[in-house]
Amino acid sequence: MEFIIDFSKILLATGRDVLPIIILITVFQLLVLRQPIPHLRRLIVGGVYVVIGLALFLAGLEKALFPLGNIMASQLSDSDFIYGTGKVVTQADWKAYGWVYLFAAMIGFATTIAEPSLIAVAYKANEVSAGTIKQWGLRITVALGVAFGISLGTFRIVTGTPLYLYILAGYMIVIVQTLFAPKNIIALAYDSGGVTTSTVTVPLVAALGLGLSATVPGRNPALDGFGLIAFASLFPIITVMGYAQLMHWQTQRSIKIMEKKNAL
Amino acid sequence: MVTSIILKKLKSAFTDLFPIILVIAFFQIVVLKQPLPQMGEVLFGALLVVAGLTLFVQGLEMGLFPIGEAMAHALARKGSLFWLLCFSFALGFSTTVAEPALIAVAWEAAEIAGQGGLIDSSRESLSQYAFGLRMSVAFSVGLAILIGVMRIIRGWPIHYLIISGYVVVMLMTIIAPKEIIGIAYDAGGVTTSTITVPLVAALGVGLASSIRGRSPLVDGFGLIAFASLLPMIFVMGYGLIIFG
Repeated sequence: MEFIIDFSKILLATGRDVLPIIILITVFQLLVLRQPIPHLRRLIVGGVYVVIGLALFLAGLEKALFPLGNIMASQLSDSDFIYGTGKVVTQADWKAYGWVYLFAAMIGFATTIAEPSLIAVAYKANEVSAGTIKQWGLRITVALGVAFGISLGTFRIVTGTPLYLYILAGYMIVIVQTLFAPKNIIALAYDSGGVTTSTVTVPLVAALGLGLSATVPGRNPALDGFGLIAFASLFPIITVMGYAQLMHWQTQRSIKIMEKKNAL
Repeated sequence: MVTSIILKKLKSAFTDLFPIILVIAFFQIVVLKQPLPQMGEVLFGALLVVAGLTLFVQGLEMGLFPIGEAMAHALARKGSLFWLLCFSFALGFSTTVAEPALIAVAWEAAEIAGQGGLIDSSRESLSQYAFGLRMSVAFSVGLAILIGVMRIIRGWPIHYLIISGYVVVMLMTIIAPKEIIGIAYDAGGVTTSTITVPLVAALGVGLASSIRGRSPLVDGFGLIAFASLLPMIFVMGYGLIIFG
């Protein structure tokens, strides 16, 4: 019974998310475009699937993943677990947080693989590139970027180094990569930064950041707890462009080898 | 026939979820050395997630992608730049303004600013601050989609725009108050919800494929990138204006 109430709440919230889109499309169809929408029935069924699917997805996450993830994040960053029971620590030792970095990387990777918006973008990219961009290839590359980003982000919280230095350095890398990366991947790479952080990743990652900054000695959750999401949206851009660059070099090299063989 | 398709979709949804199960089980059993609490609840939740993801992907193919592309084609055929830009702005603004993640972040930001003594910590001024922040983010997302659509129509190379955006972010980081920087950077990530992303992606790809000379891959993507960049600039700008 309790679950049904919870589920209806989530369903209502998801429905409210869709409401502005429905209003917008209806207004434009009726007032501006003034023509019937093709396959209307199918579209409506699809829309209902999206809303119910997303609500089920979120309800399941709230039942299974979020409580567990939150407990684990707080247990792993607990100073009893990190420094051994009963020790009083005044200065954080960044070397003691190995499990935290690993957990951050793995949970970042795993949640990104399950991220519905990334699934959607990978689907579209595969369709548009006529299959040259593989759905799983893109998703794993992005997930590796998120894993590295969040892991580095927890390292930043532990060491207390300023957020903007990391982000600015990341931007520099992106700018340099943009100059060399194959042109047709650039837009998709930029996009993959924005899609990684939604329904699954944000709540878990936010809990990790706030929990960590509350338990690491000398950190203030208000100032240090934020910023993990920024890491998670920056590094996928780097990995996606890097992967495209690698593939590009590889094809060029094999072309050169082929040419050499032909010349002989 | 139908059942085999459903089974295939369920299986792919399970594959999507599998890494999470693996990570949690590993840390719980090997590192923390604790049994999984409330196995029943967790299993039930996992089943819901798999079913939900299956339905969501099915709904994408049937509903969200086609409607996004149909709107893009219809608006491109109509040939009115004004209405196309109106639609783009309204799409960005309306889907962001009521986004729960944004409301939560804006409120948190207000509390931090209140504690830091940057603004008056009365409830009224906090909610005023949070409202202003929300509006500036929603406005910036609307503007972002609008600029992104202009880019697709005109065929401007995306990297000039994004890199200039980065430069602006860097410059503003230097002068913006310290308390707002973390939130500004995070604001870029929280704006694009799971329902908006597929719709916006379909809009961009649909537009790029209905305008001659544009490639869906090179020109069709990039709208989401603008929608995550502009909020950073606007949130820092908002901080600069409010805090002087």
